[in-house]
Amino acid sequence: MASISTPFDPQAPAAEKRRLLLIMGPPTLALLLFFMLPLGVMALYTFQSGTLGGGMTWSLDTYRRFWQDSALHRLLWRSALVSLQTSLWCIVLAYPIAYYLVFRAGERRMTLLTLIIIPAWTSYLLRILAWKLILGTEGLLNTFLLWVGWIERPSPILLFSQTAVIVTLVYVWVPFVALPIFAALERMDKRLLEAAADLGSPPWHSFLRITLPLSLPGVVAGFLSVFIPTLGEYVTPLLVGGVNGIMYGNLIQDQFVRALNWPLGSLMSLVMLLALLPMFLLFRRSDEVLQP
Amino acid sequence: MNVLRKRPQRFSPSLGAIYFWLFTLFMYLPIGLLILFSFNDGTTLSFPLRGFTLRWYEALWQSRELITAVTNSLLVGILSSLVATVLGTMAALGITRFDFPGKSLFLSMAAMPLVIPAVVMGVAMLIVFTRIGIPLTLWTVGIGHVIINTPYAMLIVAARLAGFEAHVEEAAMDLGADYWGTLRRVTLPMAAPALAAAFLSSFTTSLDEFAVTFFLVGSDTTLPVYLYSQLRFPSRLPLVVTLAAVMMVISVMIVIAVEKLRRMTS
Repeated sequence: MASISTPFDPQAPAAEKRRLLLIMGPPTLALLLFFMLPLGVMALYTFQSGTLGGGMTWSLDTYRRFWQDSALHRLLWRSALVSLQTSLWCIVLAYPIAYYLVFRAGERRMTLLTLIIIPAWTSYLLRILAWKLILGTEGLLNTFLLWVGWIERPSPILLFSQTAVIVTLVYVWVPFVALPIFAALERMDKRLLEAAADLGSPPWHSFLRITLPLSLPGVVAGFLSVFIPTLGEYVTPLLVGGVNGIMYGNLIQDQFVRALNWPLGSLMSLVMLLALLPMFLLFRRSDEVLQP
Repeated sequence: MNVLRKRPQRFSPSLGAIYFWLFTLFMYLPIGLLILFSFNDGTTLSFPLRGFTLRWYEALWQSRELITAVTNSLLVGILSSLVATVLGTMAALGITRFDFPGKSLFLSMAAMPLVIPAVVMGVAMLIVFTRIGIPLTLWTVGIGHVIINTPYAMLIVAARLAGFEAHVEEAAMDLGADYWGTLRRVTLPMAAPALAAAFLSSFTTSLDEFAVTFFLVGSDTTLPVYLYSQLRFPSRLPLVVTLAAVMMVISVMIVIAVEKLRRMTS
């Protein structure tokens, strides 16, 4: 990462400083102004109480209220469980895909990887919408099963439940888990397996002792890249979750849209960010390991 | 020599292949269903299919609200993606070609929009815009999209810039080009496919963004916001599905273009 400077230019350092300022100034300013500042103001907002438009005063009321509201804590916990289940299912489904691509698909593996990633890069909202139409009593799945005669009457399975939320989230996020696991397996030194085989290690043993441990950074990165964004998810529960599938993110959204308790909504967001903080750090760590 | 190949395989190779193709089917089935039902001549979304029709596509053209939403989304998408690409390219140049104090701090900050839950980003911006009295319009949506997309753009361009050595640029400068001349005539042209990929991937994200947009859009509509508002009316579902099918096909095409560009760059 050497910086460019003409070696014989005596003014190089000053000129380079100016260049750096011109180049890094705008993106830094944009991020500070429209990203860091909003987060900071949001944090300050948690110390406010009162109603929007009415008199707002500095106080710790919001904190007190959050502390006492055990329904909020339960919902945060339940959302964490939903995110956890989603992430684990994603890993279970994605690991064999990544393994197949790296060890069995040969030269075609990049093409096949792209094939499964393409849907993931298309519209998030539309893919959730598709599941809303598939699940449910009058949904495509039920009417299809009725039509081919596999079931007698529509079963009110899935739609507007926590299961529906998990199914949809797994569908949306699973390719993003396959990606880091693929990267980790791809980086692995395959000669290790040959050496193990030469020394008489059975394939399953080699897998458990070599492949799996070496792919763990990818698994962790995949886990976090699902867990972190889904914890704050509110669109999927809104579309397929109904009352039973409601998540913490919905409650935050509610504070800003209907309940208009912005300080409480801010505090809820802040609590979620703090809860996620160790994961952010772990995420950076696993990312560094995965970089060549 | 290659023991891996001679090793008796515990899984038959086709088992992995079967799983892979079932998985692929699972990924594409929902998208396929959207497209299938956009041609279905029925007013409800249910099997059996009722025959082929193009009337939903005709109805799409006649919806004035929809055309407004599409225009809004294209405007926000193009403008915000341009800005995000420019800012992302600047940041990418900074992090790959310069050493400066606070570089890792900047990287941490730039990585945050990538991982932070959308709802938090949306409400934080909503608070600030409301507090300083900026009305919620397509402009605020655009600012939100710039913040969402700049880190991605930066990563795409930085990957390209790290891919070729600074030697070419040094050579150009040794031959008498000044810094900005080198940037304009050597660095940026070499990074052009990455710039295009950054723009297109920002554009698809912007077209589709709902979770942050929802908080910043005020009374304007973008395509996803319109789509969402239509979900409340069961009678409009076929129309929603048709719109979804069109959006899906367009975004798949753009995604494939982005992928091609990225292949060119690495």
